[in-house]
Amino acid sequence: MSPLHRRRLMGFLQSAGSIAVTLLLLVTLTFFLGQVMPVDVVSRLVGADADFQTYEATRLRLGLDEPIYVQFWLYLGRIVTGDFGTALLTGHRVIDDIMRVFPATVELGTFALLIGAGLGIPLGVLAAVRRDKLTDHIVRVVTLLGHSVPIFWLGMMGLLVFYSWLRLVGGSGRVAVFYEGMVPSVTGMLLIDSLLAGDWDVFWSAVRHIILPASILGYASMASLCRMTRSFMIDQLSQEYVISARVKGLSTWQVVWGHAFPNIRVQLLTIVALAYGSMLEGALLIETIFAWPGFGQYLTSNLLLGDMNAIMVCVLLVGVIFITLNTIADLLYSVFDPRTSK
Amino acid sequence: MSSQSTAAPAKEPFLTREARSTREAMLQRLSIGAITFLGNRLAVMGVLIILLLVVMAAFAPWIATHDPNLQNLRAARLPPSGMNFFGTDEYGRDIYSRIIYGSRITLYIVGLVTITVGPIGLIVGAVSGYFGGFVDTVVMRITDLFLAFPSLILTLAFVAVLGPGLEQAVLAIALTGWPAMARLARAETLTIRSADYIAAAKLQGSSSWQIILGSVIPMCLPSVIVRLTLNMAGVILTAAGLGFLGLGAQPPTPEWGAMTSTGRAYMLDNWWMVTFPGLAIMVVSLAFNLFGDGLRDVLDPKSN
Repeated sequence: MSPLHRRRLMGFLQSAGSIAVTLLLLVTLTFFLGQVMPVDVVSRLVGADADFQTYEATRLRLGLDEPIYVQFWLYLGRIVTGDFGTALLTGHRVIDDIMRVFPATVELGTFALLIGAGLGIPLGVLAAVRRDKLTDHIVRVVTLLGHSVPIFWLGMMGLLVFYSWLRLVGGSGRVAVFYEGMVPSVTGMLLIDSLLAGDWDVFWSAVRHIILPASILGYASMASLCRMTRSFMIDQLSQEYVISARVKGLSTWQVVWGHAFPNIRVQLLTIVALAYGSMLEGALLIETIFAWPGFGQYLTSNLLLGDMNAIMVCVLLVGVIFITLNTIADLLYSVFDPRTSK
Repeated sequence: MSSQSTAAPAKEPFLTREARSTREAMLQRLSIGAITFLGNRLAVMGVLIILLLVVMAAFAPWIATHDPNLQNLRAARLPPSGMNFFGTDEYGRDIYSRIIYGSRITLYIVGLVTITVGPIGLIVGAVSGYFGGFVDTVVMRITDLFLAFPSLILTLAFVAVLGPGLEQAVLAIALTGWPAMARLARAETLTIRSADYIAAAKLQGSSSWQIILGSVIPMCLPSVIVRLTLNMAGVILTAAGLGFLGLGAQPPTPEWGAMTSTGRAYMLDNWWMVTFPGLAIMVVSLAFNLFGDGLRDVLDPKSN
């Protein structure tokens, strides 16, 4: 093995190790948060008027008489074998519930990301090019508002104006009630499913329903993407190669999109990956407003119910998604930008 | 702010001449900072809004026109008028007065979170960065874990354990907020740890604690303060989000997020019940963002 390869392998093992440690800490955190809860799990399971024997038997079966480190070990074992318990809300296995609701959130988040990145990146470039001019100030105010506006309030205002007053978009839910369950679920994403089934009525109804929540979710991510793009771009535009390209007589358009922009592509890819993850946070509130049957709504209804097990599985999942996205972002960096791999 | 405003009227020669004492040098820097800051119109606007918020909170009983919790079912859900500037809610309570009193809750949350998160983050970050080694690794792993989450989701997990309520919300927000500050303080500490003046302090026989408290933490302060200010906007939004979900301040507390939540049921017929509390959240959060941005240009120019 050449020294270069050995170094690469060591680097890989090191990052794999640190990911493993973070994951272990994550599981530990959810375990202990689940432990300190003020709820008697056993009586929740067997019901309040179960006799003492049933209660004791269930308690023993769950391993609740064991010392805490044994319980942690059992918990770890269950997680590793994919046993995440059942949800009180639905009576199904939590993992099945999540698999069922997740496509709706992915659909919403992806649509929102397309809007956010599609507007945010060009606007950020524009603001950098027209730095300290009127355009820059307008973009700045728009992005600052995006950072400051409570997303749930914007959702309600959107419903009020575009649904109730102007009748431009569909109301809450993923599709008009009339079309509910009309197309077979293949991917769980209604836009794709209705296209697969060739049902245009359902498709347009779904578009009318997704456009408002996705725009509002997208606005929040647009704000941060735009800001980052602007500062990356300003960095590039002050480099010497930009000056020499200008001296050579290239137009602003050519300098910006042909020379400067390719240099920030990798950084942008990274922040877009992270912005995709942050959608989960906004989705939590937006899904509540729009009665969007996704992951966010599932988590909030479990929160209101106080079902600790389901909550902690959701939290665990969010953590795993973020760690994965972070890792992907790092990988993208080292693949596309050779300078970062030593 | 008060030190800046006293330093502001300094005459030109004072600013440009060479400082004759440490005190004078500090005054010069303060005045230059104040002038830079005052030149940023948006940032000044942010400060003015925050001051207005403080005045609102302090003099709420005189500014409000009604008792914020007084129910009057005969005057329920009235639109905005000369009597009720922002209309009334489902129990006939005056929304304008409730928003005025709600400023106290907003300030309470922001203040409490900031004074817990700031010092904890500073000390943990500085200690971990200064000593390095095993402690540093452990602390960084823990902060990694916290930073792997969108803050609202981790806050919700803590609220789920602590139960709904205003104090619990504050605690949960603080619990999720310190790692970002610790990371920042650590990064600053790493850049100054090997500086000559730290070495000089060591040679003079200062203990590690003296160095951390006397030399390291003051150097971390500017960037941490900037971050704390920008963080306040996020705290307001998170607290409002918790209130909206019914997990923050409980009724009849006039918390702005909770007010939008109750207004939601009547939204389509009574637009004012949602609109005004939400506007209040947005304006205050915007003010903290503007203030933080301006502060960054003054205290931490390299990061922009």
